[in-house]
Amino acid sequence: MAGILVYALHDDEGNFNKNSLGALSEASKLAGELGTEAAAVIVGDISDEGAAGLGNYGVTKVYRAKNVTEGLAQPIVDVMAKVITENGFTYALFGGGLLGFEIGAGLTARLGAGVTMEVTKVKVDGGKLISERPILQDSQIADVGYVSEPGIIIGRLNAFDTKETGGTAEIVDVDVELSEWSTKAELITRGEQRGADIDIEAADVLIGGGRGLGSAEGFDGAQALADSFDNSAVAATRAVVDAGWWPYAGQIGQTGKTVAPKLYLAVGVSGAIQHKVGMQNSENIVAINKDPNAPIFEFSDLGIVGDLNKIMPKLTEAIKAKKG
Amino acid sequence: MKICVLVKEVPDAAVQKRIDTGSMRLDRSGENNLNPFDTHAIEAAMQLKEGGDLQVDEVVAVTMGPGSAQRALQKAVALGADRSVHLSDDALLGSDVCATGLALAKVLESEAPDVVLLGQQSDDGECYTIGAVVADHLKMPSLTQVVKMDVEDGKLRCERQAEYGYDTVALTLPAVISVGDAINEPRYPSLKAIMGAKKKPLDTKSTGDVGIEAGQVGEAGSQTTVIALNPPPEKQAGEIIEDEDTAETVEKIVAWLDERKLI
Repeated sequence: MAGILVYALHDDEGNFNKNSLGALSEASKLAGELGTEAAAVIVGDISDEGAAGLGNYGVTKVYRAKNVTEGLAQPIVDVMAKVITENGFTYALFGGGLLGFEIGAGLTARLGAGVTMEVTKVKVDGGKLISERPILQDSQIADVGYVSEPGIIIGRLNAFDTKETGGTAEIVDVDVELSEWSTKAELITRGEQRGADIDIEAADVLIGGGRGLGSAEGFDGAQALADSFDNSAVAATRAVVDAGWWPYAGQIGQTGKTVAPKLYLAVGVSGAIQHKVGMQNSENIVAINKDPNAPIFEFSDLGIVGDLNKIMPKLTEAIKAKKG
Repeated sequence: MKICVLVKEVPDAAVQKRIDTGSMRLDRSGENNLNPFDTHAIEAAMQLKEGGDLQVDEVVAVTMGPGSAQRALQKAVALGADRSVHLSDDALLGSDVCATGLALAKVLESEAPDVVLLGQQSDDGECYTIGAVVADHLKMPSLTQVVKMDVEDGKLRCERQAEYGYDTVALTLPAVISVGDAINEPRYPSLKAIMGAKKKPLDTKSTGDVGIEAGQVGEAGSQTTVIALNPPPEKQAGEIIEDEDTAETVEKIVAWLDERKLI
C-alpha cells in the first residue's frame, strides 16, 4: 500500500503533542487527496484507548511499539524505518518540534530518502506531495518535490491545524529490535522545568526579552515595563533561557510556548525563525532593537531602531503616566 | 582520542543571500566566512581537549565544499583545530541533505573519530539535520541542540531543551553531538594562531579517496528537487522609528499604543 506515516509525540503522562496532532490531521487530508490512508506511529506505554483515540484526527491505523522509550530519536528511527519498509509507506510526516527533526534526519540516512524541513504547507500535484519550504530567513519559498519514495516532511511549528473527525483507529502492535547504536544514548531525565513557573499564555501584553537585554539583570527593566501594563508578563527567547536569564516556563518558540497576545513588545530580540513561529500571530507586534537589520523588523507593526537601555525606562514611565 | 568538527563555509552575515534561479542553488559568489554556529562546536572541542577528562590527542576540522572552503578550515584551525580535511569534488555539486550527509559520513569514516561535533545549523541552509543524518550512517548515538556537555565515566552527559523542558542524556562514545549556540562563548583566535593556521596540515580528498561512489552524491544522489521559488505572501511593512530624540520616540510609541487601545 501507499500511505503517509506520522510520528505522534507524547509527554510522560501520555498526552499527545499539539503539533503532532496537527500533522495527523494534515496527513489524513493529504491521504484523502492522494486516494490513500494516513497512519500514526507511537512508542511507549500508551493505553489502547489513547492509541485508538488518534483516529479522531483522521488516521485509520496506529502502529504502537510498546517496548521503545519515548523521548530519544534513534530508537524511533528504528521503529519508523521498519513500519515504512514493511508496509510501503510513501511519505513520513512530522509536526513542528525538535524530535521530529532528529527522527526525520535519521530516516533520511537509513532509507536514502529525500527530506525537507521547516515546511509550512504541503500540496498534492500529479499524485505526489510537494512541500513549501521557506528559505533564507523566509525571504523565499521553495517548492520541493521528492525524487524517490519515501519522502520525509518535517513541518514548521504550528504549520498544521488539528481537525477532529470523531473516528477511532485500529491498533497494530509492532515488535522492533533496536539498532546497537540506538541503545547507546540513555535518557536520564526528561522535561525538567527550570526556574519559576510563570504564565505567559494568559497575558494580554507580553514583553519579549532577548539577548539584547545583555544580562539576567536586564530583565528587571523588562519586568518593570511589563508591570506598567495590565494583565502582562515577560517572555523570552530560547538563547536567554538557555543562558539562565529567564525561566523556561516563559520561553516562546520551537521548544517553548506559542502565544498570541494583544500586544507583543520585543526588547532586544533579533527575531530568529524559531522565535517568530511562536509569536507571529500576536495582534500587534512592536520591536525595539539597535540593529536596523534585525529580522524582527520584517514582521513588526512598529519597529524602533535604538538603544533599549535608553528607551525602555522612559517608555515605562510614560505608560505609567498615561494610565495616571 | 580524536575529535572531528564539521564546519561549513557560508555567505558572510553582511551578504544579502540569494538563490541563483538558473541552478536553483545559493549564489556563493560574494564574501564567505566560517559558519558562525560552527565556532561553538570548535570551542566545545577545545574545552573537551583542555578539560582533561578525555585524553584528546587531536582536533580535526572537516568540511565539504569548493576550493574557497579552505578559508573556513583555516579559521577553524586558528580557533584551535590541529589540522583539517577538505572533501572537494565537482561531483558533490548540488547535493541535498541526504547526499551531503552521506558524503560527510564517508569522509568522517576515513578519520575514525571518537567524537564528532558540529553547530546546530548552517547560517545559509538552516536545515538543522546534518548531525542526525551523519550519525545514522556512522552507526553512532547522537543528540542535537546540546547546550551543556560534561564528561562522566567516559560518557558525554549532555543537556538540551526539547518539547517538554530540559532533557539530560548520557551518550556512549563514539558519538555525534550538534551543539546549540548557548553552549559556550567562543574564544577569539590569537594573531599567532591566525598566522600559523596556513602552516597546519590540510588534506584535500576527492569522493573516490573516501569511497563515495558516482551517483551517491551531487544532483544524482539527491532525493529532493527544487521545483519553483516563490516570494513569500505580501505583508504590509511596519512603521519604523529611528531613535534620535528618545523623549520624542517614547511619545510616538505611547501614541501608537494608545491609538490601538493597548495601554
